[in-house]
Amino acid sequence: MEYVSIVFEQVYKILFLLVPVLVSVAMVVWLDRRVWAFVQKRQGPNVVGPFGILQSLADALKYIFKEMIIPSSSNKVIFILAPIVTMTLALISWAVIPFGATQVLADINVGILYLFAVSSLGVYGIIMGGWASNSKYPFLGAIRSAAQMVSYEVSIGVIIINVLLCVGSLNLNDIVIAQQNLWFVIPLFPMFVIFFISALAETNRPPFDLPEAEAELVAGYQTEYSGMMYAMFWLGEYANILLMCAMGAILFLGGWLSPIEIYPFTLIPGAIWLILKILLLFFLFALVKAIVPRYRYDQLMRLGWKVFLPFSLVWVVITASYLFYFNLLPVN
Amino acid sequence: MKISRIFKTILMADFLGGLYMALKEFFKPKKTINYPFEKGKISPRFRGEHALRRYPNGEERCIACKLCEAVCPAQAITIESAQREDGSRKTTRYDIDMMKCIYCGLCEESCPVDAIVQGPNFEFSTETREELYYTKEKLLDNGDRWENILDANIKADNIHR
Repeated sequence: MEYVSIVFEQVYKILFLLVPVLVSVAMVVWLDRRVWAFVQKRQGPNVVGPFGILQSLADALKYIFKEMIIPSSSNKVIFILAPIVTMTLALISWAVIPFGATQVLADINVGILYLFAVSSLGVYGIIMGGWASNSKYPFLGAIRSAAQMVSYEVSIGVIIINVLLCVGSLNLNDIVIAQQNLWFVIPLFPMFVIFFISALAETNRPPFDLPEAEAELVAGYQTEYSGMMYAMFWLGEYANILLMCAMGAILFLGGWLSPIEIYPFTLIPGAIWLILKILLLFFLFALVKAIVPRYRYDQLMRLGWKVFLPFSLVWVVITASYLFYFNLLPVN
Repeated sequence: MKISRIFKTILMADFLGGLYMALKEFFKPKKTINYPFEKGKISPRFRGEHALRRYPNGEERCIACKLCEAVCPAQAITIESAQREDGSRKTTRYDIDMMKCIYCGLCEESCPVDAIVQGPNFEFSTETREELYYTKEKLLDNGDRWENILDANIKADNIHR
């Protein structure tokens, strides 16, 4: 009986995390469309529910009742597996995100590595989907997406090294607590900018949305998907975007710490601060989507390999030398 | 490349300018209208759904001259006529196939008695094709329903004719 209660407790905890994440993903899709519309002086979705906030739920309902079309020449097992993989990978990484000093599902000591590993695996869902569709556009989209995500993951990895040099721990809670006095966004500002741009590329957001460039590739790897499978790709994509925002908030914006450590601000729980920071970053994501044109493929590769990677590597050297020279290294 | 251009690229000046502009536009009033709840203004000449009008005493205006049927470029109008007991010529059948109709307004132009007109209504979508074969009853019904607006529109447009 004891085991059963332990399992139930864990399931309860997981649900307590996942249900809010899924709901907020739906809300964030609405926010994205609304911000996009506002910048273009349109109304955006504003009919379903107050301010149209339930639009995504209506969309989800529509997707559920739509027919799932599986191409006859596709590899059916992998075709069905691909959206499941994408969504699962987008959701399991939330396990290590700390919403407070103790409010974390899995307080593992290599949290940031886990996060990085899982978000790297995300490309598998896209490749599987593009390959199993057995169609030209999804295939090209998947190839592009794989190359793009691999390229930008390298620079994200180097940026993480920068942060780790200042913290001396891979645990996400330690990273947050290390920013008690000074958020890393101030000393590592160029890294924050590069992280933000790489996160855009990593999640296939404009201006790096080449894998689903509708003008040339229809919808990229999602072309053959319909109904609930499409909705799962869509949910996974936005969960990934939120995750990248959370990662940015934890690495650079002090995670669940309140911006000023004085009386009225310290009353607000850390989870609220983290959510506000995530929303701020997401707002930037949405604004960028509204103002930038799409990159050309060679420009995308040039930016990743010839600008970001060398620059962040140089910055690693600068950070390391600075810390070493002034004897500020966190671990001896 | 000029030095100033290099600095602009490194500091992402163009991008930040774009971001600033986006934030400014974000708070400006919207240019679009909230369609199903508010509608755009339409001209008195608007060529929407057809209607057959009546005289104020209830007599239908159409004299079955078939000018509209002849002028219709899409051949959407079908008219059959017969002499009524009081000697006047009236239509026994006046059908418009709204799916053939191209809403050119020539029927309205050709009508000598302002009987067939195109009203301001453009929201008459249906779920079946059959509902879009308008019969004489349907057209007269439209005329009765929209008469006030149709009358005002014809008067407003009259000075330009």
